[in-house]
Amino acid sequence: MIEGILIGLTTALTLQNILMVMLGCFFGTIIGMLPGLGPMTAIALMIPITYGFDPATGLILMAGVYYGAVFGGSTSSILLNAPGVPGTVATSFDGYPMAQQGKAGKALAIAAWSSFAGGTLSAIYLLFMAPSLSKVSLSFRSPDYFALMILGLTAIAAFSSKGQFLKAMMMVVLGLMLASVGQDSLSDITRFTFNNMNLTDGISFVLVVMATFAMSEALTIILKRNDPTSAAKQVSLTELGSIKINKEERTKMYKTIPRSSVIGFLIGVLPGAGATIASFLAYGMERNIVNDEEKEKFGKGSVNGLSAPETANNAACSGSFVPMLTLGIPGSGTTAVMLGALLGFGVQPGPRLYMTNPEIFWSIIMSMYIGMVILLILNLPLIPYIARILAVPKNYLIPLILFFSITGIYVMSFNNFDIYLMIGIAVVATFMRLYDFPMPPLILAFVLGGLMEENLRRSLLLSNGSWEFLWDRTLTACILLTTILIVVWHIYKTMFKKTKG
Amino acid sequence: MNINTTKVISLLFFIFSAFYLYTAYQIQVFAFDENAPFNARTFPIYLGYVGLFFSGLKIILPDPNTIKVQHKTLEYKKTVILIVIAIIYGATILKVGYFLTTSLFLFSSYYFLGERRWVLMFLLSFPFVAAFMYLLHGVLDIYLRDPFLQSIGVMG
Repeated sequence: MIEGILIGLTTALTLQNILMVMLGCFFGTIIGMLPGLGPMTAIALMIPITYGFDPATGLILMAGVYYGAVFGGSTSSILLNAPGVPGTVATSFDGYPMAQQGKAGKALAIAAWSSFAGGTLSAIYLLFMAPSLSKVSLSFRSPDYFALMILGLTAIAAFSSKGQFLKAMMMVVLGLMLASVGQDSLSDITRFTFNNMNLTDGISFVLVVMATFAMSEALTIILKRNDPTSAAKQVSLTELGSIKINKEERTKMYKTIPRSSVIGFLIGVLPGAGATIASFLAYGMERNIVNDEEKEKFGKGSVNGLSAPETANNAACSGSFVPMLTLGIPGSGTTAVMLGALLGFGVQPGPRLYMTNPEIFWSIIMSMYIGMVILLILNLPLIPYIARILAVPKNYLIPLILFFSITGIYVMSFNNFDIYLMIGIAVVATFMRLYDFPMPPLILAFVLGGLMEENLRRSLLLSNGSWEFLWDRTLTACILLTTILIVVWHIYKTMFKKTKG
Repeated sequence: MNINTTKVISLLFFIFSAFYLYTAYQIQVFAFDENAPFNARTFPIYLGYVGLFFSGLKIILPDPNTIKVQHKTLEYKKTVILIVIAIIYGATILKVGYFLTTSLFLFSSYYFLGERRWVLMFLLSFPFVAAFMYLLHGVLDIYLRDPFLQSIGVMG
């Protein structure tokens, strides 16, 4: 492991990569801060730029953007009560009341320190957990992978949408269908192209991400700009108050941070769970642990109530890298985007990644530490200035997002068809968003589609076309049983609600 | 009569899955692959059935979390205008060139979204695109086709 750490440090500590982490954290913070734009949008906008670099540098840049965007999301939660990302909703419960009391600077500082501590601690957990899990996952075979992918897709559908499991499953199927367009990887037979040459190579991953996130988010913002429920009351962006944290507040944070980081990391490792569930669970757990006097302060500007979700959501970000790096199966929508980018680089994440490309594996882990330090150095002194970005008028912001999305696709293909296709997918995605059809399951399915078909192909060929491979191995059977339980439970829940009604 | 839009979308998805399944059965595979345990149409066929299953369930099962969208508060007009501008941008970018179409796209988008600060609108379109284009074309060495700039002799 020491050797790996040294490899990671050598790669991550080059001048270019440090610069990339800094740029990533900075731009991620800015994009994540803008309400409605989350880490997935931030990373999607960065993908065309990363293709100019080697895989390690590209991934380091994206990891920086990821942490930056999560931190930026907290800023808009605290100052505007308008979370930039779902993972920072719980931050607004106590962050926004604190800002209303004239302690916005303090709230932002508590968020920054908690994010830093949560991210750093979880990077240590990742350092120990990832290599051992990689060794275990080397024993996985095609049927296990196939089953694991079904479980991952079902889990993200179950967790990413509150009470909308069937909608999420429909999005999973749609993602897999989009992934099946183009040439079959083995026989080169074209599928679903309708004799259109532009579709022979399939639909570009960047195009789908840009359309379903960046572009459709921009269109949703315009569409809902007069919606009274989305209008946020604003805290003064010029009078943020002191950013100093006193001794009593520090003592509270010392107790909250370690436990919230553990829960955040563990939830982050689970496929589909991610930062949102982690932050809510940490908030709930903290509320149950603290004494009655402190419990009363929850929802009114509690230090524990702000520190817990902030620590947990950053810890979950690192945790979500575990399944991606060790199994090649992303645990969240954001890591699915990163997986897609890695495949674009020609790098196959999975248990062999840390043997075949140790510099990528270890440099990502090392860049997490560096990213956390840079985020803190960059954001603490710049908080008053960064906060003013929230005042950028949407009239400028929206066209610029559309411009970056279209340019991103144009420079990759120099093709009108891709632009039309992107606009078409974005319009459909915007409409579906209005009716709460979640997009992360679609992206995860789109990324996993090819791998899933490949593993099913291998499993069926090895078992001579028999479906017995699904229960031949105990591991495969257990994974599939878990999947079936999730599906049955959610369908049962939907039916039960009707009976009650 | 109130129509549940989620159910309508699910019905559309059901029809789409049926069409996908029909198309999957039409995929031409090699003769020797026809009876193989797995060929190019196997995965799409299963996918089509799964699509029918989940959308069918969504149609027949109750919808406890009905989403009600307040259409009156939505800005349809500006959204449609912006989409049309984006389509025109996509249609002209190759023929006219990156610089002019992108600058006009940004300028007109600001205008239709209600912006009237002309100087700022100009600065955030023409000079901004020029600087961005320099970054892509000049610094990152990404080729950008631009017949307009070539015709006036700015680009080689």
